[in-house]
Amino acid sequence: MANYATNEFKGGLKFMLDSDPCSMIDIEHIKPGKGQAFTRVKYRNLNSGRVGEKTFKSGDNVEAADVMDIDMEFLYTDGEFWHFMKTDGSFEQLGADAKALGETSKWLKEQEVYLVTLYNGAPITVTAPNFIVLPVAETDPGLKGDTAQGGSKPAILPTGASVRVPLFVNEGDLLKIDTRTGEYVSRA
Amino acid sequence: MLAVLNAKLKKRAELLAAARLFFACRGVLEVNTPVLAPAGSTDPLLDSFTTQLEGGSVASQTLYLQTSPEFYMKRLLAEGSGAIYQLGPCFRNGELSQRHNPEFLMLEWYRPDWDLAQLEAECCTLVDELLGEAPYARMTYKQAFIDFVGLDPFAASLADLRNACQACSAIDADQLDRDGCLDLLLSHQLEPALKGLERVILYEFPASQAALAQIHQDASGNQVASRFELYVKGLELANAYQELTLASEQAKRFAAGNAQRRALGKPEVIADTQLIAALEQGLPDCSGIALGFDRLIMLALGATCLDEVQTFSAYRW
Repeated sequence: MANYATNEFKGGLKFMLDSDPCSMIDIEHIKPGKGQAFTRVKYRNLNSGRVGEKTFKSGDNVEAADVMDIDMEFLYTDGEFWHFMKTDGSFEQLGADAKALGETSKWLKEQEVYLVTLYNGAPITVTAPNFIVLPVAETDPGLKGDTAQGGSKPAILPTGASVRVPLFVNEGDLLKIDTRTGEYVSRA
Repeated sequence: MLAVLNAKLKKRAELLAAARLFFACRGVLEVNTPVLAPAGSTDPLLDSFTTQLEGGSVASQTLYLQTSPEFYMKRLLAEGSGAIYQLGPCFRNGELSQRHNPEFLMLEWYRPDWDLAQLEAECCTLVDELLGEAPYARMTYKQAFIDFVGLDPFAASLADLRNACQACSAIDADQLDRDGCLDLLLSHQLEPALKGLERVILYEFPASQAALAQIHQDASGNQVASRFELYVKGLELANAYQELTLASEQAKRFAAGNAQRRALGKPEVIADTQLIAALEQGLPDCSGIALGFDRLIMLALGATCLDEVQTFSAYRW
């Protein structure tokens, strides 16, 4: 695989760290006026999902990770694997395990397109679109007349996720949710 | 948007005018020296932009964009200019971040017959005038490391320094030398700790980090540079030296700089033999200081990024 030097570091760059594939989130150039330059990298370990920081000496190299992000449509789960299909017309299917799915299980919906990260050809992370529309499976009855201000209550989605919603929301309502924060945006 | 632009242009213009008035009132002369020159800085940790002079009535040659106006200003001092200051652009290759831009505005001034304490007082007065008054904490490099990093930068073993680097930054520290470790600890542990302090004068740097400063012995017998740095809210703003005046020592440091550059696989830089000649003629005892003026504007405007205060930073070329 190719190597990247510190001056090529950028957000989204996939690299190997202690034999785990990682993705750079944030890069900071650090240099005292009269002193050595360093590059501080905030990264996500794509295997564990954990975020870490590591500093490199200016000019150091990292090994590129054989990682690819592709769009895939969610089909179904057999309980052990969650099956996705490529949207490039090949109809090729791949199964992601629970670890790869992680928190994204809260935002799963059939026929929705997800960003699947492949490492050595196998899914290691599944990222939900930024916004997703899901119905309310269970919540306290809506309060008539309360359309905007004041109060919130939990609503349970078919995926098992719980989100805080305004009091006027009813079971069966479609909700637009920001998957990055897990927050209710609006009714859809 | 227009209001933001106007506010930043106006603040810059005001601060420049205030700095010029400050020096005019004190009899310090404004000078302009070349930013493009046939010799550059041999500092192994500074990279110059180079360009090629072609045509005209002189031979083709490599020219350097100056990383600071230091050499020409010292030549003026040696010629008897008296106290001088310069507000002008400096260029450093490979430096781009929230707090760096490859081209930036530097305020640099020299005080013949002044020692570092006098220059420090003047620097604080200037910063008080430009940013408003605030308390200054003075601490030696050594004490700051003991208090905020938890080790003595002179006494700690290289292994201890490397362990501390690894612990705070996950860096592969086995390649770092002593100064590399200290630079890392300074930027990862000390500077963040200084953020909580309004203004800090850090002084008595290790002799290995003297650059163009004189060297003396501190109270506990360590060789230290006659140098201080001003930090404002953790941002490195100014760097001052009791200037080296000995020609032979200057020549030695140029050669050492180029030797280190070779070791790092960097191109050598043509050393300024004119400066050596000027020092041989006699540079008056003097202290000098360089202050990053764009960073000062950042602080005045409460900005977090140079890009917010420069008209067109490299992010918006």
